[in-house]
Amino acid sequence: MARIAGVDLPRDKRLDIALTYIFGVGPTRAQETCGGSGVDAGTRVRDLTDEEVVRLRNFIGDNYGVEGDLRREINQNIKRKIDIGCYQGLRHRRGLPVNGQRTHTNARTRKGPGKAVAGKKKTKK
Amino acid sequence: MPRSLKKGPFVDDHLLVKVVEMNNRNQKRVIKTWSRRSTVIPEMVGHTIAVHDGRKHVPIYVTESMVGHKLGEFAPTRAFRTHGGSERSARMR
Repeated sequence: MARIAGVDLPRDKRLDIALTYIFGVGPTRAQETCGGSGVDAGTRVRDLTDEEVVRLRNFIGDNYGVEGDLRREINQNIKRKIDIGCYQGLRHRRGLPVNGQRTHTNARTRKGPGKAVAGKKKTKK
Repeated sequence: MPRSLKKGPFVDDHLLVKVVEMNNRNQKRVIKTWSRRSTVIPEMVGHTIAVHDGRKHVPIYVTESMVGHKLGEFAPTRAFRTHGGSERSARMR
């Protein structure tokens, strides 16, 4: 079983797809990893040799921050912005979109499920 | 797209002059400024800068982690007071 950066890769998928199951590795980095460690992107994960797995693991470890480390870094950046009280930090604090999106409508990802507005009647046809 | 490194951080001259002078004289005084577009540079750390928010000057104590941000980021221009004041208070009673 191929275990890279603390994640079990799905056994039946192509290597370049399987690598994207790691947090911090998307399609681009998956391709780079295959090229950089000299493993064919099309091989299935179950066909990888132990030696290839080690090479992949080393390449990812040397070049990218992934999984726990990456999550920690992201949270530190958010916390820093909250602590210094800049505009983006204030938006994080209130759970509103940070990058200038509209909040009149939408923004449900940040605001969570919609809440009923008291006294607002449903429009009848 | 970030600003070209060649140019260095942008700080309005009138603000920069005041900051440099305070550093030379080793004094601490609140600087009032309207220059929200100026970048916070290491020379400003430790000073208090009062940044205009459109109505008044908001005093900001500059710390090391603020370097690289713009002054305007620390003085919000919109003050949100809650919605539905009259309706909500009417139901409370």
